[in-house]
Amino acid sequence: MVSDSKVFGFWVYLMTDLIVFAVLFSAFIVLRNNTFGGPSGRELFSMPFVLTETLLLLTSTFTCSLGMLFVHRNQKRSAIFWFLVTFVCGLSFLGMELFEFSELVKGGDSWQRSAFLSSFFTLVGTHGFHISIGLIWMSVAMFRIYLCPLTSDVISKIFRMALFWHFLDIVWVFIFTVVYGMGHIL
Amino acid sequence: MEGKPLAFRITGLVGSLLLTLGAYLLIIDPGFFYLTKETAIIAIVILAALQAMIQFIFFLNVWREKGPPWNLGVFISTISIILIIVIFSIWIMHHLDYNMMPKMKS
Amino acid sequence: MKKNFFTGKLTFESLPDHWYTIGGTVFIILVGLIVAFILTKKKRWKWLWKKWLTSTDPKRIGTMYMIFAGLMFFRGMLDAGMIWLQQSLAADSQGYLSSDHFQQIFTSHGDIMVFFVTMGFFFGLMNWIIPLQIGARDLAFPFLNSLGLWLTVSGGVLLNLFFVIGGQFANTGWLAITPLSELEFNPGVRVDYLIWSLQLSGLGSLLAGINFLVTIIKKRAPGMTLMKMPLFVWTSLCAMVLIISAFPVLTATTLLLWLDRVLEMHFFTAGFGGNQMMYINLIWMWGHPEVYILVLPAFGMFSEIVATFSKNQISGYVSMVWAAIMITVLSYLVWLHHFFTMGAGANVNSFFGIVTMFIAIPSGVQVFNWILTMFKGRVQFQSPMYWFVGFLILFMFGGMAGVFMASPPADFQVHNSLFLVAHFHTMIVGVALFGIFAGTTYWFPKIMGFRLDEKLGKRAFWLWFVGYFVSFIPLYILGFMGATRRLDHYASSTHWQPLFIISTIGFVIIACGCFTQVMQLIISYKKRKEFSDQTGDPWDGRTLEWMTTSPPPFYNFAVIPNVSTREAFWEMKQKKLPPSKSYQEFELPKNTGMGIYISVFAFFAGFALVWHIPWLALLGALGALTCVIIRSFDKHTEYMLTAEEIERVESSRGQG
Repeated sequence: MVSDSKVFGFWVYLMTDLIVFAVLFSAFIVLRNNTFGGPSGRELFSMPFVLTETLLLLTSTFTCSLGMLFVHRNQKRSAIFWFLVTFVCGLSFLGMELFEFSELVKGGDSWQRSAFLSSFFTLVGTHGFHISIGLIWMSVAMFRIYLCPLTSDVISKIFRMALFWHFLDIVWVFIFTVVYGMGHIL
Repeated sequence: MEGKPLAFRITGLVGSLLLTLGAYLLIIDPGFFYLTKETAIIAIVILAALQAMIQFIFFLNVWREKGPPWNLGVFISTISIILIIVIFSIWIMHHLDYNMMPKMKS
Repeated sequence: MKKNFFTGKLTFESLPDHWYTIGGTVFIILVGLIVAFILTKKKRWKWLWKKWLTSTDPKRIGTMYMIFAGLMFFRGMLDAGMIWLQQSLAADSQGYLSSDHFQQIFTSHGDIMVFFVTMGFFFGLMNWIIPLQIGARDLAFPFLNSLGLWLTVSGGVLLNLFFVIGGQFANTGWLAITPLSELEFNPGVRVDYLIWSLQLSGLGSLLAGINFLVTIIKKRAPGMTLMKMPLFVWTSLCAMVLIISAFPVLTATTLLLWLDRVLEMHFFTAGFGGNQMMYINLIWMWGHPEVYILVLPAFGMFSEIVATFSKNQISGYVSMVWAAIMITVLSYLVWLHHFFTMGAGANVNSFFGIVTMFIAIPSGVQVFNWILTMFKGRVQFQSPMYWFVGFLILFMFGGMAGVFMASPPADFQVHNSLFLVAHFHTMIVGVALFGIFAGTTYWFPKIMGFRLDEKLGKRAFWLWFVGYFVSFIPLYILGFMGATRRLDHYASSTHWQPLFIISTIGFVIIACGCFTQVMQLIISYKKRKEFSDQTGDPWDGRTLEWMTTSPPPFYNFAVIPNVSTREAFWEMKQKKLPPSKSYQEFELPKNTGMGIYISVFAFFAGFALVWHIPWLALLGALGALTCVIIRSFDKHTEYMLTAEEIERVESSRGQG
């Protein structure tokens, strides 16, 4: 599976996506303190809220791996079930994030307020955008499991979706640490 | 571990969970572990790196390829690039800001 | 700017109203009409669609890349000529161009030449030659190959679209430096045209980079280990590693600039906590690896050419490989030398200055090995070797200028002067462009089935080489005299004008060289029967691409060769090994229009983002996404070529 060309190619693509995030992280770290008189992270972020989001995503990455396990075992119903759970966790995560964003905007702390807020919204928002793409991809994958026989080609496609989803949780670990964690401590 | 895929995944979950909660406690109250703010930052970054490694190993299965380790090679070079991007940017921008930015910036 | 829901920022004022936009529009429409007329007259629309546009054959895609790059080259040279003319005339006067127009010209000149001409030509040659050199039939991802081509083309179309709609291109320089490129100083759409054409072509380049990387790693012929690959494949592999590491930085950075402009964010604005220096830092983090992406494939091409025409294997193959790898690694650690003067201080500047000087070392290893190869062999000076010697001299020249500037105190004197402009043009023209000319001449018989006229080729070389010195030596001198870059007029008391005029004469000589090259193509085509390559091996080559007929059959190799030495084909010839005739069936990718459809949707999305038309942007994005999903459910993307069909094709080519 992991020596399949398409999986390797996708893995290389994921690496390039990691580099995009690295640039966004750099911009965030450099601009963290440029609040232009506005609020800093410590004032804006609610750690329990963020912990919930983190646990949701962590659960989803685990249930995604379960879905993949059942795909390998050709057990379609269990696979779809676990991917559905993953989807629900991911959607809830996205909902919470959108809620957080709308609260900030309502309070006058939008991305236009300062460089710090611009970089916060961009980094976290780009991750959220990737999550949305992941959710769309997951829906297509569940549909594919339902509709198509699980040949090695089909399994490879679903595996790539799962790789994407796992990778998104790993990026979130760093967002949790660098954005919210460091924001809260410093 | 190959023969117990479920146990494998649960190990990944438990490891990640512990590291997440550990980091959370450190964030909420660095003093609880008798750490200063700066040390706490280093600690949570290390915890994040560890969790990333666990997730790479247990969920992404990077290390389990047959033949030459190309996935691993590409991964290591990407991590190097990322470290260069982040660390050098911080270093360069720190110096630039110190030398070039007006002293009374907000 | 007023915004309408249906048309965004588009108004009737966006239509052409300057002499150059009207001229450009008329030219584009005229060319389009002529092409459409010819296609209709010869009833070739279906042929064009089926045999070319929807092709997944890397040879076809390679040719299309090269034609596209050639067209963009014409535009880029036109821009260059206009710059030269303006600078020759503009002593104590405004010249014939307004400042703003001049700024648009040097901006588009840079973007076109870097993104579309050099990258286009290189991807074209790589598409042709890499599969052949590694004994493969195709790239790892044929569909992605087609998509990459069409995304690049859509980026090029978007860049040129301002002639027809918008009327102005960015005036910020090719890298759109902030805060000039920010909303406060550039509220129109001109900078967005630059951003989105770069994003589209950047995505195309990234996909091509991934494709070639996986191809070289996974699709080599059996027995071809890494240390048996031709050097062109090695340096291309290194360039691909740079592409996948650097292009994401460009994508992210231009994304941040665009967010500043479209959502009024404050990454790089002059106020609200924005930091313009961060933009410079990030954009050069991409920019430096990019220039090595441009030169590494040329190094590889020259290695092939020197070995073939010296009738000798390349000297120090292992050191050449390590030199290429070192260049790749180091190129990621030097980007600050592009902004020594921005004020990072001595510690930072010294680090980057020292590492920049280090890059000269592996470059030196390469140069000495080429010279040694020639010294130990019997050199035949056919025109590719002329380009090689020209390259060697220019590389030394430009390289020394580079090492000079690697020292921060020296750089403080010449940063952003014409000395810098002369240096980087020496590298891009002397290394990348001469490499492209050499490689095209060298591989032309393989690609087209006939050689190029040697006499005209040598004449073109001399015109380019002499012309290059006549145009750029004055610029080096002007740089030392204090002339900064991007100046649209200056005082005659500086005594710069004579040098600018000499420089323009040099451009005229170069233009004659280009004209000679066009003539060379036309005359060689006319004489193609006389110049035809019957054997597939016109230069007595050493690597696998010379094993096939010229041009190769659409599947490259009827039987994938087994490789056991570094110069597989040379060994086959020495041992007089006959080609294998045991044909077995294999799969080939089918043609598909999906690459075009996705790129068209992407183009409309890009256009909509430039002009702030949300519904069209959404439509474009959803359209592209839908195409991707539909394509993923397509089970019939390949077809089987049976042994009988292979037999038939081979015997009709005189190989069976």
